[in-house]
Amino acid sequence: MATLLGFFCIGGFAAAAIRLELFTPAADVMTPDAYNRMFTLHGTVMVWFFLVPSIPNTLGNFLLPLMIGARDLAFPRLNLFSWYLFVSAGLLLLLSLLLGGVDTGWTFYTPFSTMFSNGYVMLAALAVIVAGFSSIATGLNFIATVHMLRAPGMHWFRLPLLVWAIYGTSLVMVLATPVLSASLLLIVAERAFGLPVFDPAQGGDPLLFQHLFWFYSHPAVYIMILPAFGVISEIVTCFARRRVFGYRFMVYAILWIALVGFLVWGHHMFVSGQSLFASMAFSFLSFVIAVPSAIKVFNWTFTLYRGQITFEAPMFYALGFIGLFTIGGLTGLFLAAIPIDVHVTDTYFVVAHFHFIMVGGAVTALYGGLHFWWPKLTGRMYPESWARLAGLTMFFGFVFTFFPMFVMGFAGMPRRYQVYPPEFQAWNVMSSSGAVLLAAAYLLPIGYLTWSLFFGRRAGDDPWDATGLEWRTASPPPRENFFELPVVDEEPYLYHPEATGPHHSAREPHRNQGRNAR
Amino acid sequence: MKPVPLLHEPWRSTQRQERAASFGMWIFLGSEALLFGGLLLAFAATRALHVEGFRAAGRATDVALGTANTLILLTSSLAVAIAVEAARAERRRLALGGLLAGLLLGLGFLVVKGFEWHSDIAKGLFPGGAALQGMPGATLSSSFYWLLTGLHGLHVLGGLTLLGWMGLQAWRRLRPLRSPGLEAAGLYWHLVDVVWVFLYPLLYLDGRA
Repeated sequence: MATLLGFFCIGGFAAAAIRLELFTPAADVMTPDAYNRMFTLHGTVMVWFFLVPSIPNTLGNFLLPLMIGARDLAFPRLNLFSWYLFVSAGLLLLLSLLLGGVDTGWTFYTPFSTMFSNGYVMLAALAVIVAGFSSIATGLNFIATVHMLRAPGMHWFRLPLLVWAIYGTSLVMVLATPVLSASLLLIVAERAFGLPVFDPAQGGDPLLFQHLFWFYSHPAVYIMILPAFGVISEIVTCFARRRVFGYRFMVYAILWIALVGFLVWGHHMFVSGQSLFASMAFSFLSFVIAVPSAIKVFNWTFTLYRGQITFEAPMFYALGFIGLFTIGGLTGLFLAAIPIDVHVTDTYFVVAHFHFIMVGGAVTALYGGLHFWWPKLTGRMYPESWARLAGLTMFFGFVFTFFPMFVMGFAGMPRRYQVYPPEFQAWNVMSSSGAVLLAAAYLLPIGYLTWSLFFGRRAGDDPWDATGLEWRTASPPPRENFFELPVVDEEPYLYHPEATGPHHSAREPHRNQGRNAR
Repeated sequence: MKPVPLLHEPWRSTQRQERAASFGMWIFLGSEALLFGGLLLAFAATRALHVEGFRAAGRATDVALGTANTLILLTSSLAVAIAVEAARAERRRLALGGLLAGLLLGLGFLVVKGFEWHSDIAKGLFPGGAALQGMPGATLSSSFYWLLTGLHGLHVLGGLTLLGWMGLQAWRRLRPLRSPGLEAAGLYWHLVDVVWVFLYPLLYLDGRA
């Protein structure tokens, strides 16, 4: 099955890469209509066709069975089916783009999307619905795999944190995505068959759409960021040679985020006209959900504390992630506070905030994870100094691009505007030039990773001296993942004896999880 | 003929494989529950704004056909339940017979529904239709009627395809009777039934008390 999984990784990754290519922002060279279509395309593709499936479908598909000691995912054919669904959804979206595009923004707000928009809204909505089926199928498969296929002795509290993170993500996927399908279905029904559910002239309620939409789309944020949390936990513990600080609390934090993520959707609607009481409840819950995220940041920091840190490329990405995610998370608290949110709603402040989480967080983690597990995926090492360069460039390019947005957003620059007052120009120029740097940093790895496929140094089974089960098999893994199925009788992350760590100058030999079993 | 193996990759025991199949199906049913849950929530929210219109539209539906369909679908579910139990006990004739009965009743449901839709259109019971003019809210209720019954109809069709395909394989001995897929398909069929149990009172009985 590893061949199929490998195919999945390439397929999923190539699909993601092509989509990335398609996105070219150029605000001065197009008509306003084209501009609207462009940011819609960017949002739709990036959210549903890149970020939501990125880590689960590439790293997760490959690593989840390896990390729990299984031969494959629980339902291999369903897995392939979900890939077909994803590709056909991508084709549908591409079709809507070729025919002329969509101009509603990725949020498809009614009544614009149902009554006024002249783009191919139906086609795009159908594409998103089909992609939703694909992510439901994937999530279902992951949940069943974690429940049913753990190796003997792999208890729930011995699971690596990436597995926990993907498990939490899958729960959210399975329970939130159908609501998105339902709300988009209502839009399709209104446009295609004239069922005027959101038409205020017929007594319908356009706000209802926002409620349904954000009931999915806020949890979707956690679909994107939770797997990133998992990846970072794995990298930080490995290159600090420390056990994960507060393993159980990391697990509870993941589950808490997955649960409370369903209860905060109203904070997108502070200015949409909901009761003050509802706004205050949602504001409070949004502060509540910041607590587990903060727990995770503090625990990573404590894992680093007194660790024997080495700066391989994945660690660059991981440390960058912690910094960027902290800024993104803290500005999230600004937005959870109603008075500030009313001031900055629909400005670049919001844009900067979610790009810090999505791009600075999720994409950085994807790149970090890709480098970390690249030897396992391909059996080859990537060129280290190039990778460090790319990692650094990505961090600086990112901050350069998105930090100015906080400033101009707070000064009042609205999002989704093509033409803006000249006093914002300096900030916009900074942001755009940073984007060039960022683009270079994203393209660089594609080049040297491809090079390393053919010319990279051979990686051993365990090039990082890491502890997880995935490092106990060959790189790349054989078709059925393990030559002999592992048995686990120890806790995860055995980088040093329990309770006391070695002195920072003395590196202890680590013990692979389950190495001494039998 | 060589017997078809029951055990597939990546499983180590049939028991575990069987549990996984129904476990996976239950997760999917949870997902489906939220799909219909979202729509029913929208229904409830809109109805709260237009109680009278929704009651009027409820009175206009064809309650006789709706009730008949409820009975048909419940019986079909019973037949499938019997079939799944019989398959587990390796009683081939009873299992295939039960499946066939379930399939025919499911098809019957769709046929009756089709006639009902046809007469609804003839009577002008659709958004913008003649029968709903001047009843604020009834248009919205009718929107939900078409959307929910349509989506449910698609689920019936999907369930029938699944059951029919697996039944055919079992009949031609390409699939072992105790295959976990059959049980999962049965579970799905019960979901289709349960969804209808919610739709029936909401769409047909509103405004009749």
